[in-house]
Amino acid sequence: MSTPLISDAKKRWQQELAAAPSRPQPATTVSGLPIEPLYTSEDLGNFSDEKRLGYPGQYPFARGVHANMHRGQLWTMRQFAGYGTARQTNERFRFLLEKGQTGLSTAFDLPTLMGLDSDHSQSRGEVGRLGVAVDTIDDVRQLFAGIDLEQVSVSMTINAPAFVIMAYYVAAAVDGGFDPHKLRGTLQNDILKEFHAQNEFIFPPTPSVKLVVDVIEYCTKHVPLWNTVSISGYHIREAGSTAVQELAFTLADGMHYVEQCLERGMNVDDFAPRLSFFFNAHNDLFEELAKYRAARRLWADLMKNRYHAQRESSWKLRFHAQTAGCSLQDKQPEVNLMRVAYQAMAAVLGGCQSLHTNSMDETLALPSEHAATLALRTQQVLAYETGVTNTVDPLGGSYFVETLTDQIQQQAEEYFERIEQHHGMVAAIETGFFRREIGDAAFAFQQAVDAKQKVLVGVNDFQQPDEKPLPLLELDESAERDQLQSLEQIKKQRSRDDVRRTTDELKRVAETGTNVMPALMETARARVTVGESMQVLEEIFGRYRLGAAW
Amino acid sequence: MSLRLDSMNETDRPQRIVLAKIGLDGHDRGIKVVARGLRDHGFHVIYAGLWQAPEAVVQAVADEDADWLGISILSGAHMTLLPDLLNLLRQQGSGNVKVMVGGIIPEADIQKLQQLGVTGVFGPGTPMEDIVEFLRERR
Repeated sequence: MSTPLISDAKKRWQQELAAAPSRPQPATTVSGLPIEPLYTSEDLGNFSDEKRLGYPGQYPFARGVHANMHRGQLWTMRQFAGYGTARQTNERFRFLLEKGQTGLSTAFDLPTLMGLDSDHSQSRGEVGRLGVAVDTIDDVRQLFAGIDLEQVSVSMTINAPAFVIMAYYVAAAVDGGFDPHKLRGTLQNDILKEFHAQNEFIFPPTPSVKLVVDVIEYCTKHVPLWNTVSISGYHIREAGSTAVQELAFTLADGMHYVEQCLERGMNVDDFAPRLSFFFNAHNDLFEELAKYRAARRLWADLMKNRYHAQRESSWKLRFHAQTAGCSLQDKQPEVNLMRVAYQAMAAVLGGCQSLHTNSMDETLALPSEHAATLALRTQQVLAYETGVTNTVDPLGGSYFVETLTDQIQQQAEEYFERIEQHHGMVAAIETGFFRREIGDAAFAFQQAVDAKQKVLVGVNDFQQPDEKPLPLLELDESAERDQLQSLEQIKKQRSRDDVRRTTDELKRVAETGTNVMPALMETARARVTVGESMQVLEEIFGRYRLGAAW
Repeated sequence: MSLRLDSMNETDRPQRIVLAKIGLDGHDRGIKVVARGLRDHGFHVIYAGLWQAPEAVVQAVADEDADWLGISILSGAHMTLLPDLLNLLRQQGSGNVKVMVGGIIPEADIQKLQQLGVTGVFGPGTPMEDIVEFLRERR
């Protein structure tokens, strides 16, 4: 084999390529990154396996955070659940545990997520609808009644009032006789992406981040096995960002938390191993898996070289993935099963540690039991039938995948610089930088769909006029009434003196800027509601208002 | 198409639409895309934002002399919140504003909402052109 021969072959390919027809849609990723017709070793230049890839379980972790990845242990199939009252969700949890599930994932209702009690006027119609309603420590106790919290890991998806819920949880666990050093689980506790995308914020950015750091500081000392923040790109992507924006903004959020912890005087290796990540799994298989690979390499570099972490566990980016809700369509909803399957495959090929697969009917209603079962079965087929788990990072070394991974990494680094040019995280939030970037990307995507530059099956092509509707879940509407009754009872029965004493103490602690967690464990025990605890703090920290820009 | 003020009559006047999110859900991707799309198609768009109380929405409709009110809701609380809002519109003398709804609305609820006076309901993935055409046909 000689060089001229390869060159002739290349020349011929270029001629044939120029003469060949190509489809009208431009070849770009879902996010609009242009893709070449072919990738060869030339694209990789002086790519070094050792520097860019390394071995799985070793710096820079491009190939995964464990030596044997899914050959050793499959990812955790962690389906998100919660509805109605704490009693109803507790029944569901115990059912899942009996079926052999080892971890619980708690969805809270919108009032709880917004720090409002069930009896607040804005809560009407929303109590127990999209998750479980939690007003007081009694609800937390009921939620986990009969569950061994030293054995079961508990994930709680909540942000603005995350520190309140965590304090109530720890108080309930300690009072129930559990050792806080043995509690395991994950608190989402990622307020920054709320400002960028999901909009479940209450206080302004600076005090909001202070409260995130309070949880990290408290748990590092007292609940050391707890994953203190799940730094989330998922919602940024759902709001319409590109893959690069999702990656860049998420890691920038992570950097901000790390820097605030360091400023508090914490040692990076004490808290960094308990930071985890949460990414979206969207439609473009290669863009997604390149994103996860780039994420690991970027985080390892930042933790090792910028923040000088010494422990390998501080360098490892561990992540949960969820398939993209925003990619699902209400036309021909069964087709969503196929979308979810490919998205899940991207997450697994990209080395996720846990995964939630969406149900096909989520653009229509909360998942029916049938749809939720199929979503879980999708993961099981992937794990046990497709063979994608048989070797570590099977796409590593592909000219295309490595080129794309490098490009995504580089573009994310450019965003880090732009955020610095906007004077850092908080200033960039306040001037609307993130929202503008995401809003522009969302609008550009819709325009591409409307112009059919992007084909969505069943939406702008391959439509089917006579669709049969899916059977959907019918919600039990009694939860709101039940929750309101029990909250009224609690408010009547609790000691007013205890409420006043503990909320005064919470106010004092918050005003002095010390960690609020111990004081919140006392408000919890005095049966102060989540909404009341948040109200005390709102009077000190204020409420964040969004600019009117759209 | 450019409009000269002196030649404007009632049919040339851009349709005015107030867009608002009611309830507690923060999903504003759809409504913001619709806001930009309608603006690009010549509509006069007033986006009231997240977490709007029914009273504030009704006030905005009156203040802005709106032809249309577009409500976005993805939390599932639409059957609790929308009937109240529609009643309030009528009570406050804005009953003739045409109402469209976007979000996750099951088929069975679409019919109920139409019976209550909602003119159009649009689910996820609706092409911008469909909304524009719908509004123009019913101006």
